[in-house]
Amino acid sequence: MIEMRRKCDVLVVGAGPGGSTVARYASQAGADVLLIEKRQEVGSPVRCGEGISAEWIEKYDIHPDPSWTRNKVDGARVFSPNGTMFTVNAENAGDEVGYVIERDAFDRMLAERAVRAGAELKLKTAALGIVKKDGKVVGVKAECMGERFDIEAPIVVGADGYESQVGRWAGIDTTMDPKDVQSCLQYRMVGLELTGNFVDFYLGSKVVPGGYIWSFPKGKDEANVGIGLQVSMVKEPGDAKKYLDKFIAAHPNIAKGQTVEMVAGAVSVCAPIDRTVADGVMLVGDAARQIDPLTGGGIANSVKAGKVAGEVAAQAIEAKDYSAGFFQRYEKGWRAIFENKLYRDYMAKEKLLTLSDETLDKLVGALAEGQLTKVSTLSVLQAIKRKYPELVKEFESML
Amino acid sequence: MKVEATKCMHCGACVGTCPENAIFLYEVALTFNDDCTKCGTCVKTCPVGAISMDDD
Ligand SMILES: Cc1cc2nc3c(=O)[nH]c(=O)nc-3n(C[C@H](O)[C@H](O)[C@H](O)COP(=O)(O)OP(=O)(O)OC[C@H]3O[C@@H](n4cnc5c(N)ncnc54)[C@H](O)[C@@H]3O)c2cc1C
Repeated sequence: MIEMRRKCDVLVVGAGPGGSTVARYASQAGADVLLIEKRQEVGSPVRCGEGISAEWIEKYDIHPDPSWTRNKVDGARVFSPNGTMFTVNAENAGDEVGYVIERDAFDRMLAERAVRAGAELKLKTAALGIVKKDGKVVGVKAECMGERFDIEAPIVVGADGYESQVGRWAGIDTTMDPKDVQSCLQYRMVGLELTGNFVDFYLGSKVVPGGYIWSFPKGKDEANVGIGLQVSMVKEPGDAKKYLDKFIAAHPNIAKGQTVEMVAGAVSVCAPIDRTVADGVMLVGDAARQIDPLTGGGIANSVKAGKVAGEVAAQAIEAKDYSAGFFQRYEKGWRAIFENKLYRDYMAKEKLLTLSDETLDKLVGALAEGQLTKVSTLSVLQAIKRKYPELVKEFESML
Repeated sequence: MKVEATKCMHCGACVGTCPENAIFLYEVALTFNDDCTKCGTCVKTCPVGAISMDDD
């Protein structure tokens, strides 16, 4: 093994989809990039439901490949507390139809792309803190195989996921209210009986208060069955597991299956945070709380933001300007792409949380009857408005 | 705080939710530093109930 480099232009912390995308685009644009990952293997263990929509992938020069696109789904279904079902399929969804992927293979593919573009990847290398000089970030304290050392870099990108510390070390406030965090648990199950090739969402206070249960099919008799529970709704430690187990027991077709893998984690479902940059630092993906607050999906946004951050990092190196001012290009860039959607989905999520089970039944019923030819936030709101105008009053400005 | 090693799934849910940034996860090792105020947010966040308040 070659002695590890202690100096680079752009130091990316975390080789998830966000970090690997930053590294790929910054390297492509000529920057000298070091990507450090504390795990011994990129992408594993998996902490994900593995559902992605299809429409954005090619724009980021990612080409669906059987090595990671495990299953192309027919659409999505939402089940209300009394079992009323609303289906979004290829005809009416346009862009929402997607894949259930092999997330570990997907993450490795992105890391390989970064490496082929010229980035250097170091595994089992953790950032333990930030190095500052005259108040400015000039690198990180790192540890690799028991050895501690500093890595000098004028730009540090925090792509260190939900558990991110880079931002907090740099003085960026990324803390969340427990009501804006979902505690998640998932079983990968085989041998279950699926009722269609759809990603399914189950809502209701008895299913899970302030969250949902999902079932994402990975094959004919295989699915990721998981739960997201609002942390502020937790009464007893381990409630997420209790609700999930109860749900499975109540669904014989799912209970038939066996769990071959367990996944835990948390997702942020907060409104976009105020600041994702500081002098010498940019935050990307879960570290920047860029997860969609309605769906809990964060893969697409971390790649989208990663591209902007990678390009801006390379420009900053060229301009020799590593200030928060220069990084406004990133701040504005990612916000232009998806900040509005984050806000809209945050409002929708907040509204959903106030609805009773009865209202959820009515609402999903109205959508099921509505025969939407095109499903979008707008058409969904309009369909609800036709039947229950009082439910969408707060969204009037969007209609 | 007390972590039950046989329950912990090393997922980092507690790390990201800790308001004091007092928890660190390295592979399977979960450690708390002195900034911990014992607020209990991690206890609630842990999906499998692996964290509890210790009494000392
Ligand atoms: C249970 C669950 C289900 C989910 N389901 C979906 C889904 O179906 N679809 C979807 O789109 N999204 C889903 N998400 C969200 C999705 O997983 C994240 O949004 C996505 O992983 C974000 O990518 P990232 O690159 O920002 O961070 P991550 O993928 O978390 O990558 C961060 C990387 O940084 C490394 N790291 C952390 N700290 C350090 C350090 N100090 N030093 C070095 N390396 C470090 C980590 O080891 C990790 O490899 C789910 C999340 C959970 C928890």
